[in-house]
Amino acid sequence: MATSARKAPAKSRTEAKGAAPATPKPASFSKQEELASYRDMLLIRRFEEKAGQLYGMGFIGGFCHLYIGQEAVVVGLKMALHEGDQMITAYRDHGHMLAMGMEPRGVMAELTGRRGGYSKGKGGSMHMFSKEKHFYGGHGIVGAQVSLGTGLAFANRYRENKNVSLTFFGDGAANQGQVYESFNMASLWKLPVIYVIENNRYAMGTSVTRSSAETDFSQRGVSFRIPGIQVDGMDVRAVKSAADLATDWARSGNGPIILEMLTYRYRGHSMSDPAKYRSKDEVQKMRSEHDPIEQVKARLLDKKWATEDELKAVDKEVRDIVADSAEFAQTDPEPDASELWTDVLL
Amino acid sequence: MPVEILMPALSPTMEEGNLSKWLKQEGDKVAAGDVIAEIETDKATMEVEAVDEGTLGKILVAAGSEGVKVNTPIAVLLQEGESAGDIGKAAPAAAPSPKPEAAAPEAPAKSEAAAPVPAAPKTEVAADPDIPAGTEMVQMTVREALRDAMAEEMRRDENVFIMGEEVAEYQGAYKITQGLLQEFGPRRVVDTPITEHGFTGVGVGAAMTGLRPIVEFMTFNFAMQAIDQIINSAAKTLYMSGGQMGAPIVFRGPNGAAARVAAQHSQDYGAWYSHVPGLKVIQPYNAADAKGLLKAAIRDPNPVIFLENEILYGQTFEVPKLDDFVLPIGKARIHKAGRDVTLVSWGIGMTYLVKAEAELQGMGIDAEVIDLRTLRPMDLDTVVASVRKTNRLVVVEEGFPQSSVGDFIANQVSQRAFDFLDAPVITVAGKDVPMPYAANLEKLALPNVGEVVEAVKAVTYRG
Repeated sequence: MATSARKAPAKSRTEAKGAAPATPKPASFSKQEELASYRDMLLIRRFEEKAGQLYGMGFIGGFCHLYIGQEAVVVGLKMALHEGDQMITAYRDHGHMLAMGMEPRGVMAELTGRRGGYSKGKGGSMHMFSKEKHFYGGHGIVGAQVSLGTGLAFANRYRENKNVSLTFFGDGAANQGQVYESFNMASLWKLPVIYVIENNRYAMGTSVTRSSAETDFSQRGVSFRIPGIQVDGMDVRAVKSAADLATDWARSGNGPIILEMLTYRYRGHSMSDPAKYRSKDEVQKMRSEHDPIEQVKARLLDKKWATEDELKAVDKEVRDIVADSAEFAQTDPEPDASELWTDVLL
Repeated sequence: MPVEILMPALSPTMEEGNLSKWLKQEGDKVAAGDVIAEIETDKATMEVEAVDEGTLGKILVAAGSEGVKVNTPIAVLLQEGESAGDIGKAAPAAAPSPKPEAAAPEAPAKSEAAAPVPAAPKTEVAADPDIPAGTEMVQMTVREALRDAMAEEMRRDENVFIMGEEVAEYQGAYKITQGLLQEFGPRRVVDTPITEHGFTGVGVGAAMTGLRPIVEFMTFNFAMQAIDQIINSAAKTLYMSGGQMGAPIVFRGPNGAAARVAAQHSQDYGAWYSHVPGLKVIQPYNAADAKGLLKAAIRDPNPVIFLENEILYGQTFEVPKLDDFVLPIGKARIHKAGRDVTLVSWGIGMTYLVKAEAELQGMGIDAEVIDLRTLRPMDLDTVVASVRKTNRLVVVEEGFPQSSVGDFIANQVSQRAFDFLDAPVITVAGKDVPMPYAANLEKLALPNVGEVVEAVKAVTYRG
């Protein structure tokens, strides 16, 4: 079969190494982990819903790409990170920033282009950064962040600091040439980078089957001797266990590893995308059967680790944070005109 | 008839070389393909193979000879039945073939003008106010100056490293990084695969964490593969992050035309990069500026494009002997003061001005020559001040004419010193064609001294 033939080289290589990273079982979460992941995913969900609202009201301009549906990916990965580990992604970046602990006010105010935004209103939705939280953007050019994230890993190795770089990209970016240039160098130099391919099935309006000769993205590193595993990106426990495996792998000097996260975005590519390229049924099926937040909620209730009322309280706390950020983002002044000329050069 | 073995051309820019060693002696039998000598070019030591078979009859250029011009007979090969007595009847033969590269007749030296070019200038070069008076000067090639600048900065700052194709084990495609691997090791002198887009992104990513990479492009022509990372990632991140995160990085390498390397290897990117806010762009001419400005570029917290030139690499200039010679970025240098006309150029464009200025002296025209050194930020104040004095301006560059650096300077001067101009500004640039390969066409495509002199005659109304 084509599939087994295709996977053979990866298998024989990992056998030769004596370490074959296979998709691990979903982590078994403690009550605290379930609750924390529930809260963190909900914060992203509510934040993005609010961002969508503010966009509709004209407070947010330009391009705005929402992360709704994909929350488990970034939350599960963040749970495995150590202090100093870096994250970098493309333009669908709000969830990553919140997961890295950046302030909702600062993110939302950047979306509305206000002076209290993370980039003083000069970056917008696609371009935000936080040195303090080790978030390196927020990049608008599809695929560019893959080479940059490899550079973060290069810097870690140069400094011998044991940190790893989490470099996110989508199924669309996976067809960019510099991804493979980066794979080659990362593997050649054994750089501590985890390539997280968020496969949400559509690169804007083009499905993976229409764009990709190899749709198993976990195998895209085979010619570079980079192992890869496919992960249920809708299950935060599966993401967490894969993240543990991958960060250990990269931190121990084994070089890069690919995590293909099978995920789904509920909204269009951006706010201006009517998403005519997929059926309403397809979206509805994902929402009702695989929603990452509902899965955790069901487990919490099932195990009696939380009551409906307690979960409502979490929702209330999250909604308050989001409402506060939205209020701030609408009332914070625009940047001073003098900011036009600042930060061009140091 | 005995065959003359000629000094071969071993690189596009080689005009002469050192005959470092003979591997065959007089009287030795030589077969085609035998290595007969070692020749040191400005870039590397190369083995030279015999093209014909025979007996090495006479060595004409002794081992250790320096500055042997291309096509000089270096030995005579006797063919069957011939003896040393036949020498003198030798027929010139094709140069022996160099081992790593195909033998090719060397291009005629880059010529300046169709018209005869006068003898070397006697112009007194103005003292650089940034070099303390009385500083001892040493002779140094641009190549050595660049290497010393990098080595000094790498000794000074552990965060500085260099990456690029052939920078480490090969010692640099143009020998600019010679010896760096030996001194600093493979952690800090990093050979990359041929992967410009990728390694440029890796360098920028490393710079965003605070490391200070020097990214060498084998030529800036190849940097077009990487220009997205240079512009979108390196130049814009500081602004897009509201000042939180920038990229302290230097992109350097040869830029512009070398000799006979045709359209895809000959472009001058000065105008391209000078267009972009968030970048600094340096294009030095002499060795002192190359050294002082490269050190400044490495220390600068911004992304810096450092445009070198292959033809200038081997040229020797005076460099101040100082422990830490750093020049200010964004400051032009008055190469020679004058009162009749202002001539502005930078990088290799200065070679035309230096020769034209000498010719103009003979015509009684006292030109002020300004070397911009930095294209961005541009020291327009110096240019404008000069134009206010001379009332005439000619700008010279090798790049294409449309949207050129010279166009920008002409526009700025017309806005800032219109009332001082006694003639329209003339910009002399490369011709509006892809660089041709043929020697005569290449010569025509580049600016030349004659064009500069003609432009000066026009702005001074000396028809």
